[in-house]
Amino acid sequence: MSAPSAPTLPTSTPAKSRSRRTVRRPAPDGRRPGRAGRALRRNLTAHGFLIGAVLCFGFFSWYPMVREVLLAFQKTEDGATTWAGWSNLNYVFHDPAFWQAWRNTLLFTALALLLGFAVPFVIALLLNELRHARGYLRLLVYLPVMLPPVASVLLFKNFYNPEYGLFNRIFEVLHLPQQQWLQSTSTSMLSVVIAATWMNMGGATLIYLAALQGIPGELYEAAELDGAGLLRKIWHVTIPQTRLILSLMLLMQIIATMQVFTEPFLLTGGAGPEGSTTTVVYLIYQYAFNFGNYGSAAALGLVLLVLLAVFSAGYVRLSRATDE
Amino acid sequence: MSSSTRTLISPTQLASRRGKIVYRTVLALVLVAFTLVFLGPLYWMASNGLKSTEEFAQIPPTAFPHALHPENYKSAWDVMDLSHLLLNTLWYAFGALAFQLVFDVAAAYSLSKLRPVLGNVILGMMLATLMIPATVLVVPQYLTVLDVPIFERNLLNSPWVIWLPSVTNAFNIFLLKRFFDSVPQELLDASAIDGASQLRTLWSVVLPISRPILGVVSIFAIVGVWKDFLWPMLTLPDPTKQTLNVGIYSLASGVPENWLVAAIAMASVPTLLIFLIFQRNIMSGLTAGGLKG
Repeated sequence: MSAPSAPTLPTSTPAKSRSRRTVRRPAPDGRRPGRAGRALRRNLTAHGFLIGAVLCFGFFSWYPMVREVLLAFQKTEDGATTWAGWSNLNYVFHDPAFWQAWRNTLLFTALALLLGFAVPFVIALLLNELRHARGYLRLLVYLPVMLPPVASVLLFKNFYNPEYGLFNRIFEVLHLPQQQWLQSTSTSMLSVVIAATWMNMGGATLIYLAALQGIPGELYEAAELDGAGLLRKIWHVTIPQTRLILSLMLLMQIIATMQVFTEPFLLTGGAGPEGSTTTVVYLIYQYAFNFGNYGSAAALGLVLLVLLAVFSAGYVRLSRATDE
Repeated sequence: MSSSTRTLISPTQLASRRGKIVYRTVLALVLVAFTLVFLGPLYWMASNGLKSTEEFAQIPPTAFPHALHPENYKSAWDVMDLSHLLLNTLWYAFGALAFQLVFDVAAAYSLSKLRPVLGNVILGMMLATLMIPATVLVVPQYLTVLDVPIFERNLLNSPWVIWLPSVTNAFNIFLLKRFFDSVPQELLDASAIDGASQLRTLWSVVLPISRPILGVVSIFAIVGVWKDFLWPMLTLPDPTKQTLNVGIYSLASGVPENWLVAAIAMASVPTLLIFLIFQRNIMSGLTAGGLKG
């Protein structure tokens, strides 16, 4: 990987007690490498260290990025690639599934934010107040994140079963009406969101908890002196103090939930009853791997990319702000 | 943080008689609710895997299996060929870990301490990939591994298809670089004066003090492979090459439900063990790196 060590060190370094005089010995050919030679060698070593990662990025990240854009404007038929102009995008926009997929994805995002954004914050607030069993509770909340998705999903599929599933049994005991869960157009998406929230909220909870622990206690004391109650303390101290983290997490979750694929795919086969859980990424998957229509898949990917770029830009701006 | 830090509820409020009662009630409720919600499903998984087929389908369900059928686990293990799927997953996960450790650590060290020409441009291009939604790239990435340019290789069904793309983890490189940035330059200079090469310096000076961050990166690398679904489903269509997630999913409809539940219980054990052993590192890694992406 790197060049063998060579006498390239500054001669001004004190080498008094060092027996390793080798450091100062000139190169075998009798002359020391010059300034330019040293810089070149330094750079060669440095680039040698970089080469593996750069090649991987080149082949599996940067090149696919360029290819994504090209694909969106190409058509491949019988192995021949031709320029397709805007026809892929045109096709995508006129596909009724496109609008349904967007409606579903936005519904998923809205529900996921309602649950996946608010619930972890409330849990973090609660955990931060408790003085006992903290480690145990933190462990519990993060446990589902470590399960392989296929395990969590098959678990929930079983719980959601209308006949023998656990949820309907609990509803029965509570005298609530039986639900069709994943099998009805009105509840399928909510069911997916509940499962996804259970699976993924551990990370957000721990991040909120860390943010809450950074709030100086004097602020709460000052608020109490002003006669603030619990809710007013949360509103006027906790939320302003964690505002940056909250907005960062909000953007991060929007970016993540708009790309949801695995949960609906595993829970409802992707489409769900009457396409009620078809998401944008599932539609991309369908175009590419069921219909072999890579052009349309790439075109739809590009639409999603442009939309998410806006949120990403906001995220980068915000995280710069938190750095300062 | 210790419990001595001042939070929403004031200590005096807590110390009052009413405060104590409210606190104890809330604590008990939270303990019960959290255990049910987060541990309950795991218990359900382990215990229902032990039930007979009749008891499994019984309405209302039983909380404790009447008769234990550990042979379900054995049957699921054999029929779904879990040992094979498990070995595959381990092979992919540790291979990905090795590739990430070698390439990402070397790259982060170079970008942090060796500062080559165009280093910042390369770092910027790497970090830019964080802004591209990963799922958008699945289609072009898939087409790329079908026929890797220049090398003209088809990587489908080979472990390389998991290992090499796993290196393109800009977040890991970012975490490592930030850690290396904090390693004092004097330490590296001292090592250089002793005549050590850059590789030697990285190996004997920098890596030993980077253990915490290496631990975090390693755990996330392994868990990442263990949890991935879409990519291995697309790129490892051969059933003998599949991962646990994909293999169990594709076999799910063909086996009795109690065996299936036994199978997912077994598939969950490795990552849960990793978590229980390394939970401190995972928690610190999450909160150290999780805030910035």
